[in-house]
Amino acid sequence: MTRERNPWLTALAALTFVFLFAPIVVLIIFSFNVSRRNFVWLGFTLDWYPKLFANVQLLDALSVTLRVAVIAIIGATILGSLLGLGLARLRFRGSGAAETLILLPMITPEIIIGISLLIFFGQLFRQNGSIGQIGIAHITFCISYVAIIVRARALSLDPRLEEAARDLGASALGSFRHVTLPLIAPAIGAGAMLTFALSFDDLIITSFNAGPGSSTLPIYIYSSIKFGVTPQINAISTIIVAVVALALFVAWRLGAFRPDERRVVADDAT
Amino acid sequence: MTTAAAAPTPRRPLRDRLSALIYVVPGVGWLALFFAVPLVIVLIVSFGTKDATGHVSLAHPGLQNYLRAGRPEYVPAFLNSLRYAGITTILSILIGYPIAYWISRYGGRRKILLLILVMLPFWTSYLIRTYAWMIILRDNGVLNGILQSVGLISDPIPFLNTDFSVILGMTYGFLPFAILPLYVSIDRMDDNLVQAARDLYASGRQAFLHVTLPITMPGIVAAALLTFIPAIGDYVTPDLLGGAQTTTIAKVVQVVFQSGRDWPYGSALGFLLMVLTLVGTFAALRTLRRETLGGG
Repeated sequence: MTRERNPWLTALAALTFVFLFAPIVVLIIFSFNVSRRNFVWLGFTLDWYPKLFANVQLLDALSVTLRVAVIAIIGATILGSLLGLGLARLRFRGSGAAETLILLPMITPEIIIGISLLIFFGQLFRQNGSIGQIGIAHITFCISYVAIIVRARALSLDPRLEEAARDLGASALGSFRHVTLPLIAPAIGAGAMLTFALSFDDLIITSFNAGPGSSTLPIYIYSSIKFGVTPQINAISTIIVAVVALALFVAWRLGAFRPDERRVVADDAT
Repeated sequence: MTTAAAAPTPRRPLRDRLSALIYVVPGVGWLALFFAVPLVIVLIVSFGTKDATGHVSLAHPGLQNYLRAGRPEYVPAFLNSLRYAGITTILSILIGYPIAYWISRYGGRRKILLLILVMLPFWTSYLIRTYAWMIILRDNGVLNGILQSVGLISDPIPFLNTDFSVILGMTYGFLPFAILPLYVSIDRMDDNLVQAARDLYASGRQAFLHVTLPITMPGIVAAALLTFIPAIGDYVTPDLLGGAQTTTIAKVVQVVFQSGRDWPYGSALGFLLMVLTLVGTFAALRTLRRETLGGG
């Protein structure tokens, strides 16, 4: 079907793209700025990049962030995938309540999750600020995202595939391992990726649950910005943008975003 | 969903129910322990007081923290939160709808690539993107520099630490959250419906208002929720782009917890924020129900 193109709409879309990317471009340009104060362009330099790797505080923060992310990915991916799978395939008494419980963390402002875990650990364990605590907090707010992604994928599967495997003599575990798991693997991968992104970027929940020895990268960046010590922030930001862009590009080339051509629904049999 | 629910598995009902438990119990248990229980504790603590040592005391439970939160000096914080989140939500939809529509209708084979481009800022750090606006909006920042060098202004305009900068930063930060659900609902819409309206002599405007808009309303409501909820709980943007004098309820909560250490009072404020969010959420869902019933 042909339709007339509205030039105004195209202009508006172009403007929106400029709006979305202008700040990121500015950030990248200023990461090569000689000026320490970062607002005035004084000339080109590459100095800030090697300095990143000599900044012990920053490297510590990065290491904490990555350790938390690993905990979050393992915990949220396992718990969330099982939850999504269970909710998609099995109706049981109370499944409505379980679905509401999944949605609630997503409609609760992060700051509320942050303070509630702070009080929870403070009141019950009289202790706060460990990496484990941040990990628990991240698992808690990431489970729902994984569960929803996996549930959507599992709903598109035909339950008869697993039944067929069982009829052919596979054990419950065997049919899960060899039939269901490979089919929902892309969703689990997407959930793990999203968990990494959410965990790596989280400031609000983390800031309430971090202690003196467990500052994450966002906390480090936030305090650097607040106290005006910023020459390296543009450089680290540029690296993050580059890594993200590269990861998205690779995922796109690998076809991760293509609409489900491999969707498995045994419609033919119906 | 119906296929999964209706698929008959009469042979192993008990076994399936047991395996449902195995799947669901760990996750539900985790959320109950680390999400639901802490929320209940927040509610309980909000009725307590801070004792001499700074610890929470429940010896004299009462509404004192809520009465304190309702005092006139905190009214601006609540109003600011609602105003910033509300305007951000409206702007995100107004900016997000055209681009979502454009990608869906004109994107062709590049749709996915364009979507990835739109989402790229989302995958980079929210904090870093907010910081980028500080570089742009400062008195000696990029924007003032450009305006001064072309001779439009002689003295820098104080963009930073205003309502303008806070709303700009929030809209920028949460726009990708709005674009994605808008795109999904627009892309899913059957183009023939608009064509039919045009064939029946509806103008482009009428077809949009009476066909496209009602059909894509679920996407608009989802976009509104995905923008409003993080916006109302955000203290990073009001802090970095709004400066010290800009108060929002989330900022007050953050200050109370991180410097004041008055947990009972902070809990009461947090609980009020939660109520505010839920009211907003349910209002949005009600709108959706009314629109889909009335508009269809």
